Amino acid sequence: MSVKVELSNVVKAFDDKVVLRDVDLEVNLHEVVCLIGSSGSGKSTLLKCVNLLVPIDSGEILFDGSVITDPSVNPNEIRQKMGIVFQAFNLFPHMTVLENIMLAPTKVHGVDKLEAHELAQNLLLQFGLLDKIDEYPDRLSGGQQQRVAVVRALATRPELMLFDEVTSALDPELVAEVLGVIRGLKDRGMTMIVATHEMGFARDVADQVCFLDDGVILEQSTPKELFSNPQQPRTRQFLQRIVDAGRL
Amino acid sequence: MIAAASTVVVIALVLWWILSSEAWPAVQKQFFNPTNFREVWPDVVGGFWLDIRMFLVAEVLILGIALLLAMIRALRGPAFFPLRALVIVFIDLIRGVPIILLILLLGFGIPALQLKGVPTSPLFWGVATLVISYSAYTAEVYRAGIESVHESQRMAARSLGLTQMKALRYVLVPQAIRNVIPALLNGFVSLQKDVALVFILGVREGVREAQIYTAKTFNYTGYIAATVLFLLVSVPVARFTDWYTERDRKRKQAVGSG
Repeated sequence: MSVKVELSNVVKAFDDKVVLRDVDLEVNLHEVVCLIGSSGSGKSTLLKCVNLLVPIDSGEILFDGSVITDPSVNPNEIRQKMGIVFQAFNLFPHMTVLENIMLAPTKVHGVDKLEAHELAQNLLLQFGLLDKIDEYPDRLSGGQQQRVAVVRALATRPELMLFDEVTSALDPELVAEVLGVIRGLKDRGMTMIVATHEMGFARDVADQVCFLDDGVILEQSTPKELFSNPQQPRTRQFLQRIVDAGRL
Repeated sequence: MIAAASTVVVIALVLWWILSSEAWPAVQKQFFNPTNFREVWPDVVGGFWLDIRMFLVAEVLILGIALLLAMIRALRGPAFFPLRALVIVFIDLIRGVPIILLILLLGFGIPALQLKGVPTSPLFWGVATLVISYSAYTAEVYRAGIESVHESQRMAARSLGLTQMKALRYVLVPQAIRNVIPALLNGFVSLQKDVALVFILGVREGVREAQIYTAKTFNYTGYIAATVLFLLVSVPVARFTDWYTERDRKRKQAVGSG
């Protein structure tokens, strides 16, 4: 299996606060890696480092075998190959659903308008959102907005998708529709890194699960292994709390 | 009801106070003379038409130049430091000098240099100074607007591969402008009056025409004529600004609760 993304010794600090300490991670092509851990453990920062929204302090990140954290690399070119979906959707409120989706294809990838329009229509159809094509984001439910955000990211035909706690801001009954979308992407072979608090989802969908604690990947294994036989006391403690809260 | 009654009472009192002054009859003749008013009106209107044209030309240029300055200032990263620094120095310098001084300095100074190919007309340099000065202020208005757009919008735009400039152009600036329209309209009102400052260079706009008339006749009614004209334009714009701001506020509330 070929390695799609590789992090080695990645360190990131915001002022004095170290958020990632010597993080190593390999994500293979077509693989789904879930990042779990409490808020502030570094999951979100890790994702933002991968698509270069947050510059790392030391270490290296490789994409398709080449170093992307080198200053000579144009971050815009790297980001064109990745999509990220955020917790708070971050749709552009002054644009319709269609305009949100067409922006990157037309203005970044140079796709002509007709083609981009057709692509947007196809994607919206697949995700059950075609009737929302001309709506503004504030007219949509949270689940619909988040699915539009996924479509917007997919419209650039990314080779890697990053999901940053994409269901955390949703009403409970809307979580399933968004998780369903991610499952669908797995079936199509999309390589994904998913930061999530949805343990059931991680158990079902992930090929690998990483437990982050205080900026370190404390434990990493298959979901079966990690959820039924955690090795580290911190992992056990974390999972116990999730179980106690009735969420696993 | 109470508001209307108290307003009438206050105005009546102030009027009575002024009209009861011993000097009032003289002032009335000097400032509010109907004959002089009729006489000076056409000239002042003619000059005022130039004020309006200066305002329109200047405003269009200001809105464009200021936006460009604000966008440059919003660029991040060490590569853009020289550009950013240049813009900041420009804005600080221009905002640090009284506009009337700028008009005198540029309006008399640059034509005196007699540079080849550079216009020497006071009208040109008067308007140019207004554009330079107001661009500096308006750039700050735009900047406040750009900064008021949540950081996550910039991040979302960049994550799609948009360059800084494209993120500004398609995502941040359109939202920023919506947020600062009231402040921009406020700038319109201000500029609409400040165009009269170029009279100091001898440009024959409304105030200058009134001044010329006063110099000839020792009667100040021309200034009242000019005042009336400025009010006729600026008060509606001010009302519109308030109306727009209020409508915008209500809209935001409606969205927030929905």
